[in-house]
Amino acid sequence: MSQENWIEVGAVNDIPQLGARVVETNNGNIGVFRTANDEIFALRDSCPHKGGPLSQGIVHGKRVTCPLHNWVLDLESGEAAAPDEGCAASYPTKVENGRVFLGLKPN
Amino acid sequence: MKEKLVLIGNGMAGVRALEELLEIAPDKYEITVFGAEPYGNYNRILLSPVLAGEKTVDDIMLNDDQWYLDHGITLHKGKEIVDIDRRGRTVFTSDGTTAEYDRLLLATGSNPFIIPVPGNDLDGVISFRDIQDVDVMLAASKQYKNAVVIGGGLLGLEAANGLMLQGMHVTVVHIQNTLMERQLDSEAGSMLRTSLEERGLNFLMEASTAEILGDKHVTGIKFADGSEIAADLVVMAVGIKPNIALAQKVGIHCERGVVVNDTMQTYDPRVYAVGECVQHRGQAYGLVAPLFEQAKVCANHLAHMGYSRYEGSITSTKLKVTGIDLFSAGDFVGDETTENIIMKDVARGVYKKIVIKDNRIQGSVMYGDTVDGAWYFQLLRDNTDISDIRDHLMFGQAHLGDSGHGGQNAAAAMSNEMEVCGCNGVCKGDIVTAITKKGLFTLDDVRSHTKASSSCGSCTGLVEQILASTLGGDYSAAPHSKPLCKCTEFSHDEVQAAIKENKLTSIRKIMDYLKWKSPDGCAACRPALNYYALAYFPGEAEDDPQSRFINERAHANIQKDGTYSVVPRIWGGVTNPSELRAIADVAEKYNVPTVKMTGGQRIDLLGVKKEQLTPMWADLNSAGFVSGHAYGKALRTVKTCVGSEWCRFGTQDSTGLGIRLEEITWGSWMPHKYKIAVSGCPRNCAEATIKDFGVVCVDSGYELHVGGNGGIKVRVTDLLCKVATEEEVIEYSCAFAQLYREQAHYLERTAPWIERVGLSYVKENIVDNAANRTLLHERFLESQKYVQKDPWAERASEGVQKHEFESLTRVG
Repeated sequence: MSQENWIEVGAVNDIPQLGARVVETNNGNIGVFRTANDEIFALRDSCPHKGGPLSQGIVHGKRVTCPLHNWVLDLESGEAAAPDEGCAASYPTKVENGRVFLGLKPN
Repeated sequence: MKEKLVLIGNGMAGVRALEELLEIAPDKYEITVFGAEPYGNYNRILLSPVLAGEKTVDDIMLNDDQWYLDHGITLHKGKEIVDIDRRGRTVFTSDGTTAEYDRLLLATGSNPFIIPVPGNDLDGVISFRDIQDVDVMLAASKQYKNAVVIGGGLLGLEAANGLMLQGMHVTVVHIQNTLMERQLDSEAGSMLRTSLEERGLNFLMEASTAEILGDKHVTGIKFADGSEIAADLVVMAVGIKPNIALAQKVGIHCERGVVVNDTMQTYDPRVYAVGECVQHRGQAYGLVAPLFEQAKVCANHLAHMGYSRYEGSITSTKLKVTGIDLFSAGDFVGDETTENIIMKDVARGVYKKIVIKDNRIQGSVMYGDTVDGAWYFQLLRDNTDISDIRDHLMFGQAHLGDSGHGGQNAAAAMSNEMEVCGCNGVCKGDIVTAITKKGLFTLDDVRSHTKASSSCGSCTGLVEQILASTLGGDYSAAPHSKPLCKCTEFSHDEVQAAIKENKLTSIRKIMDYLKWKSPDGCAACRPALNYYALAYFPGEAEDDPQSRFINERAHANIQKDGTYSVVPRIWGGVTNPSELRAIADVAEKYNVPTVKMTGGQRIDLLGVKKEQLTPMWADLNSAGFVSGHAYGKALRTVKTCVGSEWCRFGTQDSTGLGIRLEEITWGSWMPHKYKIAVSGCPRNCAEATIKDFGVVCVDSGYELHVGGNGGIKVRVTDLLCKVATEEEVIEYSCAFAQLYREQAHYLERTAPWIERVGLSYVKENIVDNAANRTLLHERFLESQKYVQKDPWAERASEGVQKHEFESLTRVG
């Protein structure tokens, strides 16, 4: 973990509470999520079900509901809630002085 | 230190209570379970299919040893508790094992009733209760020929059917003259008997067993009239009685069963009881659905939450004999104060009877076609006034509107390969496998595991029927009052009332007041709460964009590839060359891949990337367009025909009226999408009679129609009334919309709402009560003051919700 190549992507307050923003990369979008407690998580912005943009879903607790077919994914692990099975890649994040940093190597 | 909980009885009711408890208070107790049988918890109601050779014992296991390990539960299999020291709070098994408890849960189940006749203890005389009985029956079927089942009730017939399928010659002996007389009237009973006889079962009716013959092993049965028949195996299935021996021995108050109050507590406050051993309000239950309701209540109290109450259950019955559809619930016999609606078609093998008293369903019995059983049961439990739907009642829910989704209506007649859910491509076999392999009991379980009935919902009745025929009467029908979502125990009605009465103007206030179980709700409840607060307190409640579905947050319709569609408002569907030219320019400028006419007479620009939305809206705004709200739970469109301005048949200015209606109602949020149409004459070219609010112009004025929709299940509107002037049309239209906005559940369209509350209720509030109509109209106009701002303009030029339309950054 210490070798993480952190990239600053913006301020915590740029992301709405219980919401998400998209970080565009050369390998597709990453959704950066903010919970009610200001925790920040990052998932590949593609639902394991049918590729729905998770960043557009409703965030609740540490989960997000995909806007296309209501799969629920855990923001920490990217795992789909049972009984659905699948996983969206998750990315390391950290917050320092209100700034959000993202690692581009999936967990 | 954790408190200690001991469960006596490792069966479905007790273990279900543990599961419910672990869900709400996983770390509260150190749990020990004692079970007399040498197995984990299995699905007792699926013993019949095991006997019939349709399933194996492994198929019906609900909780294997690993489950107990995973939850840190100590399981003692094959150990029967023989004594309890209530003062010292310790239980004892026959082999000297002991366990202490802070709380004790009794779930000792029931014992089969053995008729007191000579010979009832001979070899080959058994009951039908557990895996061991099934093993004995399966072994006997390989060795012997003649089986007699005493008891023509549910369990007896299932046992008889199973033994017959194992190759035995089976005779059912029944003391009454009607099979399953507790569940069926004589008509249905005789149809059932005919059908079972055709399959090869034999019946001796009104036969009273006097003696079971044989030296060591049973050889036959002698009846009270002196006649005899040969038998190598006798199965007694004449009923069950609560197993209260242990409770009685240790002095816990019992009558027919262990007596409990509404919190499932016995007379010893440290001891709770659930399941078939229990007597609650004088009633003992032998079906799974009530036991699961008890388990949920019990868990609530074991977890010290202490607010849930069990108030008894109304049960329904289904027979688990493959290929026979049969349903009954409530009082299906009736008396001189009740009325019956009966349909009988012997050639088709269909019989249905509904017993009604004071326009409410008291009970129902159905044979052959049971697809509407769940619906009648719902109407029965909700005590719904059926006077508005009485003339359609017998023909089922699908016939309430004009036509149904052209699906099957007899689950038993379907093969496993036939498709049940057309949205998700789920076949009958998939559902049956999921129910049995994964131990599912409710519609919600089936929805989450198979996706059947989880999209459009038109196959819900069929899925319930498959559940019921797979599980028998034991499946858990949707509870009487369904919680809004998993975050609360309260129903939509209860939540709506609390918001109105206590003036809860934000999601946070609602969740705090109603003690929401999750910190910030879920994707199901937050949009509902946001809607309720906005609808009841316009101008005061604050909209929470993060609690809106993406379409309403982005003011565009998300598509399968993550792009959006844009539909500008075209008032009444009337446009002109310059507007069309502006739309064409926008489509070209932004390389819109698809331009399409919508069903509501608007133009849809499909395949727009999210970052293109705001500049596109700015261009559309400058050409005079505003949002068409094609994406919202909102007023969508007012569809019109050309009317008297051009049409040689037109009686009124339908386009002009449509434009006026759209100008007044646009921007209003609704519980679900809401469509209006105005037709200029009874030819009805605007299809006004399948809209939420439809106007059909006639020479003498305007017919107002409500509660229609196209879509999954076409429903033709009900006629609300006829009015003379355009002003009245507008007043009634606003009043109706407002009544719907204030009273329907979120995501309930006008059609099911009207079916729920009844057309009479809507008429009383709008047609008969002019003062109320005026108030509703005023409240609608008041709430419109706050919403008739174009959301596209706010976002395109005022920077509202800017973050919604821009990526955070681009890296790499």
